[in-house]
Amino acid sequence: MSYLQHVLDHLRKDLRLEWRSRDSVNGMLFFALLVVVVFSLAFDPTAAESRRIAGGILWVAILFATITALNQSWTREQRNHVLDAQRMAPSPASALFLGKALANMLFVLVVEAVLAPLFIIFYNLHALGNVWLLLLVMPLGTWALVCNGTFFAALGLRTRNRELMLPLVLLPISLPALLAMIQAATGILTAELDPIQVKLWVQLLAGYDIIFTVVCLLLFDTVLSAE
Amino acid sequence: MQLVGFSWFLATLAVLVIGFREAIFLVPTDAAQGDLGRTFYYHVPTAMLSLLFPYINFAASLAYLYWRRRDPLKALTADALAVTSAEVAVVYASICLITGSIWGRGTWGIWWTWDPRLTSMLLLWLLYVAYLITRRLSATGQTSTIAAVLSIFAAVDVPIVYMSIRWWRTQHPAPVFGGGPDSGMAKSMLPAFYWNLAAFAMWGIFIMFFRFVLERRRQIAEQDAALSVLEASLELTQ
Repeated sequence: MSYLQHVLDHLRKDLRLEWRSRDSVNGMLFFALLVVVVFSLAFDPTAAESRRIAGGILWVAILFATITALNQSWTREQRNHVLDAQRMAPSPASALFLGKALANMLFVLVVEAVLAPLFIIFYNLHALGNVWLLLLVMPLGTWALVCNGTFFAALGLRTRNRELMLPLVLLPISLPALLAMIQAATGILTAELDPIQVKLWVQLLAGYDIIFTVVCLLLFDTVLSAE
Repeated sequence: MQLVGFSWFLATLAVLVIGFREAIFLVPTDAAQGDLGRTFYYHVPTAMLSLLFPYINFAASLAYLYWRRRDPLKALTADALAVTSAEVAVVYASICLITGSIWGRGTWGIWWTWDPRLTSMLLLWLLYVAYLITRRLSATGQTSTIAAVLSIFAAVDVPIVYMSIRWWRTQHPAPVFGGGPDSGMAKSMLPAFYWNLAAFAMWGIFIMFFRFVLERRRQIAEQDAALSVLEASLELTQ
């Protein structure tokens, strides 16, 4: 079987698992919704203010929601020693990682699609810039969080305090990506940022994605068999 | 060996004292910054050195991953070096951040700003604290591998942060060395700076060596304990 076939098999398995339980999508969705509502309640922003802070709040909500779901995504594999079976399987370890990361990416994108209209309602959001660019920024930013997050969640399997480990490591590592996402999103919403600068942030985000995807794929085998 | 260590320690103390005397009493007061300018002699040497130790950590982590299967004993040594350099890096980055913050409060009027150098130094500090906590939390036997992987991520991350925030905003003074035609410092400042750089380098090497020996002893004690358990289990089966 080719590498792509392995990745697709893992992806299909994760999607089916999620389809039957719908645990992580529901959990993430409700969590992100709560963050959005709490921030809206706390600041009660006017239209101009909300344009300025919406980019930051949206990404913080997605980041926290992602962290809660990613912790669960490997726990599934631990039941009945499935992970040990995966390690003995002839398929490359990075295919397992890539399949799971893609599945998590899809879940987070679903959450974002539901969250976006709610966001517009709660924050009276009326974007001034080129909104279609968000269709580029959102997937790139989501992949930056999900790719590293899936990797560090697998790393966290080997630690005693798993729930604490993931944010502890993921937040500092994804700091440059977060900065780029928030700057780009705020720039698009307020139309205050020069299009050239928005392009620069999108490029940075794309570069970050490529670099860390490669690093994750190369090192996943080491983490999976870390004895 | 103990004699060498002890005399190195005494020499370090002597150089620290000379550096302190130079920086606090001998250097003329800075015309623009007053006595506050003297933090420079602590801030810049620790900043330079705290950028050096992560390289040692990164190299040691790569060496660990290379030797992990091929030569486990060498790998253990590399791992000891990695944890040591990470700890010293955290100490030096902390000193750098604290002195820099004090200086910033006096000169800029603010404790903190999101400037490339400040942010990347803070991130360096955060990453290595996360590294040390991960080591503490991870299950025995897997600590070294996980930590080595994390070290590689940290090494990839810091340059990206530096570049990204450079595009964002900058406030920190241009580098003193090699920062343009006006860079470099007055002749009267040089002795205090070099004495302090030497003092902190010697001190860093001393605590690193001390910690390295300690970590090696811990590893050897662990191996001995594992070996005696193994031998005891063999005797039972006979």
